[in-house]
Amino acid sequence: MSSPSWFEASARQRVKEMLDQDSFVEFIGPEQRETSPHLSLFDLPEQFDDGMIVGRGLLDGKPVFIAAQEGRFMGGAFGEVHGAKLTGLLRAARDVGSIPVVILFDTGGVRLQEANAGELAIAEIMRAVVEARLAGVPVVGLVGGRAGCYGGGGLTAGSCSALAVSEQGRISVSGPEVIETNRGVEEFDSKDRALVWRTMGGKQRYLIGGADVFADDTVASFRDAARYVIEHAAALDLDTLQAEQVRLEQRIERFGACADAIDIWRSMGAADPQSLPGMAFEDFVALADGLKETRHVAR
Amino acid sequence: MEKLTYRHVAALRAKGTRDQAIVGVVASGNLEVLVERGLPDGECEVEIRTPVEGFGDVWSAVVVDFVGRSSPGGLKLSINDGGARPDMVALRLAQAVRAIEGERS
Repeated sequence: MSSPSWFEASARQRVKEMLDQDSFVEFIGPEQRETSPHLSLFDLPEQFDDGMIVGRGLLDGKPVFIAAQEGRFMGGAFGEVHGAKLTGLLRAARDVGSIPVVILFDTGGVRLQEANAGELAIAEIMRAVVEARLAGVPVVGLVGGRAGCYGGGGLTAGSCSALAVSEQGRISVSGPEVIETNRGVEEFDSKDRALVWRTMGGKQRYLIGGADVFADDTVASFRDAARYVIEHAAALDLDTLQAEQVRLEQRIERFGACADAIDIWRSMGAADPQSLPGMAFEDFVALADGLKETRHVAR
Repeated sequence: MEKLTYRHVAALRAKGTRDQAIVGVVASGNLEVLVERGLPDGECEVEIRTPVEGFGDVWSAVVVDFVGRSSPGGLKLSINDGGARPDMVALRLAQAVRAIEGERS
């Protein structure tokens, strides 16, 4: 049987299928009904796990902590409980000190109905990511769900040791509609799907060093990617941060004048940059490996 | 938000040994069903929380149909509804029983 699509799978399916069989143990499962204290004020339905699944399991026989957002419940958005579950998991990983954390992002950002609690949750999560990494724990992110990885999710992803993304994945802070609302349709047309994907999508993020591994849209491919990024996660120290600063300075120097992702790909040396968005997985990986010198991810 | 609770007599105890299972997601036109054991073998309870008020008769009919078709004895089913249609509700209820009985959902 072929591996299921990551994009189509639910958060629970992703967790279950990517870990070793029957190895997942959930913390604060749905039966504990630890739901949002805010949504009922707006007469909105709750979800028993508040859209965040956390627990532990085995990946190729090795223990991992895992967190997964359900992108179909309120767009995978961060609320108070949703965020606290991830913060707790990261703090546990920091205290244990030896078990990596895998975060399956699928989020539009902070849940507007619990805005302050959600924003605070993002701050706590980013601090917890940094503390875990300083304790020597790799914290890696996987992005390939329908909600993408936006807002505080994008910030948290940027704090991770390493990221894997698929073509369907999108990573950014302000989403397409936020940019259009604030800056006008001339700045960014959120209905132009091709523009959205070539600006924020997985292929572009991988090519410009925003993600470390490009995964195919299958659970099996993300499983392989997770193993790889855990093994190759950069330590969080001064050398890493200085190298990342240099990389970003070089990137803005090299591509800062480009008006569109197509221009970036052309100046990277892609012979036919218009063809990149339509390229199949294997062809794209082969092409990207040829342009690899532009893609040193330091973090 | 409307809360509805239905209790029924079930003919048979649900098979399997799992304590709980969950299926579905709270999204537009969808719902989640959390199913747990803990009731006497011949009883079944379905508790619904839905933002779409005034459809108690439809919920009641779907639950009666579900209890007749499945064998949910000993099960408590808790639903968070996202505005699902009756056919989706029936599907998720059947999936929930299969999931707790140990089959793939």
